[in-house]
Amino acid sequence: MIGHRSFWRPAIVALVMAAACLGRISLAPPAHADTVLRGTGDLGIVVARAAGRLALIETTRRTKLATITGLGDLSHASAVFSRDGRFAYVFGRDGGLTKVDLLAQRIAKRIIQAGNSIGGAISQDGSLVAVSNYKPGGVKVFDSRTLDLVADIPAIGADGERSKVVGLVDAPGHRFVFSLYDAGEIWVADMRADGPPELTKFTDVGDLPYDALVTADGRHYIAGLFGEDGLAKLDLWHLQKGVSRILPGYGRGEKKLPVYKMPHLEGWARAGDVMFLPAVGRHEVLVVDVRTWKEVGRVPVHGQPIFAVARPDGRQVWVNFAHPLNDTVQVIDVPSLKIVHQMTPGRAVLHLEFTPRGEQVWLSVRDSDRVDVHDTRTFERLSSLTVDKPSGIFLTARAGRVGL
Amino acid sequence: MKRTQTMRAALSRATSVLVAGLVLVMSVPAGAEGPTVERQASLDHLLRHDCGSCHGMTLKGGLGPSLRPEVMKEREEISLQAIILDGVPGTPMPPWRHELSPEEVAWLVRRLRQGDAP
Repeated sequence: MIGHRSFWRPAIVALVMAAACLGRISLAPPAHADTVLRGTGDLGIVVARAAGRLALIETTRRTKLATITGLGDLSHASAVFSRDGRFAYVFGRDGGLTKVDLLAQRIAKRIIQAGNSIGGAISQDGSLVAVSNYKPGGVKVFDSRTLDLVADIPAIGADGERSKVVGLVDAPGHRFVFSLYDAGEIWVADMRADGPPELTKFTDVGDLPYDALVTADGRHYIAGLFGEDGLAKLDLWHLQKGVSRILPGYGRGEKKLPVYKMPHLEGWARAGDVMFLPAVGRHEVLVVDVRTWKEVGRVPVHGQPIFAVARPDGRQVWVNFAHPLNDTVQVIDVPSLKIVHQMTPGRAVLHLEFTPRGEQVWLSVRDSDRVDVHDTRTFERLSSLTVDKPSGIFLTARAGRVGL
Repeated sequence: MKRTQTMRAALSRATSVLVAGLVLVMSVPAGAEGPTVERQASLDHLLRHDCGSCHGMTLKGGLGPSLRPEVMKEREEISLQAIILDGVPGTPMPPWRHELSPEEVAWLVRRLRQGDAP
């Protein structure tokens, strides 16, 4: 290697000089010594939650490019991306908001903005990053460039109490939408005007909303309810219609099982006219017709589902499960609603993420300190990467999608 | 320091169990001596990662309340044990009775109150 390098270096220097003379490129060294010009469309991060680190990965050759340290308590951490796909904004449990430069492979800025936070969103135009906090309960909005505070929205419900905030998403029209867990409310924060956000509050939406999603077109906001059956739906095109209840039979229902982990709705799965939702406290994935919002089927699965995520083409839905059945992943074939594949990667499969066009799926297998990459057509394992206690996997393709 | 003491205590407990010839299969819950060293490790793992999914990996709270020792010391051991074994109806706290024995739960509660959780 060294021999090669010493052979090539004069040649490269000569080439660079020649190009510089032609006025094509500058002689300034690149920002990072090992970096050549590249895009970010095949980049992503994997949260190594116990160690407060991120693994920077790329999905073309399926490799780990770098480890980025110093992100604090990353349990339950999640991330969104800047619209140019260069920066990740990582939301940590310790209230940390960290802006990570994927190209320079380092932290660009980090602030502690609350005592205990749960997730965040980036605005439609990419100018604002919002964080939802448990403690003190509320939402804080920051300038995505500088991380300077733009707005502070304390979540004080109609009961006068401060509430934990969950299910924060972005929505078209420069809005953020979120749910108040303790108060049972949904708020829409309109960020269009200068000055404080314009808030529209919906009270009595249901008991204990625990997470929410916004549909990919940005029209419908749907919150799962832990305290009662059904979900709360808000049509963001017609706020005046208020919040309505859908799937009154969805939820824990008659056969109540203990819930060892709350399902996540963010990785919601829509395939054609149907949407797949993890049932709470049941070994089922629910199938909903999004034209009528009626339940049209249930798929019996291995355990209590946590994520039900559609492959980008909508042909398959991949499902992982809650403790203690979290060593398994199942694949639902959408046209037949049958399980067509089941695999056991190892204990604690915490998250899964598809590449933008869905030919690969990346799985984090926490207790094996491994991230596995599978071909979604053959199900064959293509690669494994070593990552310390991996949890969330976030690829830059999220930059262009509402609600992710 | 605290951790060393705990490990020493755990070791001496394990030794006494060995001396008494009471080595049990891992899956069998230990008796009055508390969980085996192996089981203690898996309980610690459960505490950090599975309890941690609601209470935070460092147990400082999340969707569920903080499990830090200053909070745990305010509550009776017996009521904390009951919460873990039977859950709290009307909240997301599930019962753990079919997965954890009362002895294991008692050990977890002592650990939380002492503040030497992993």
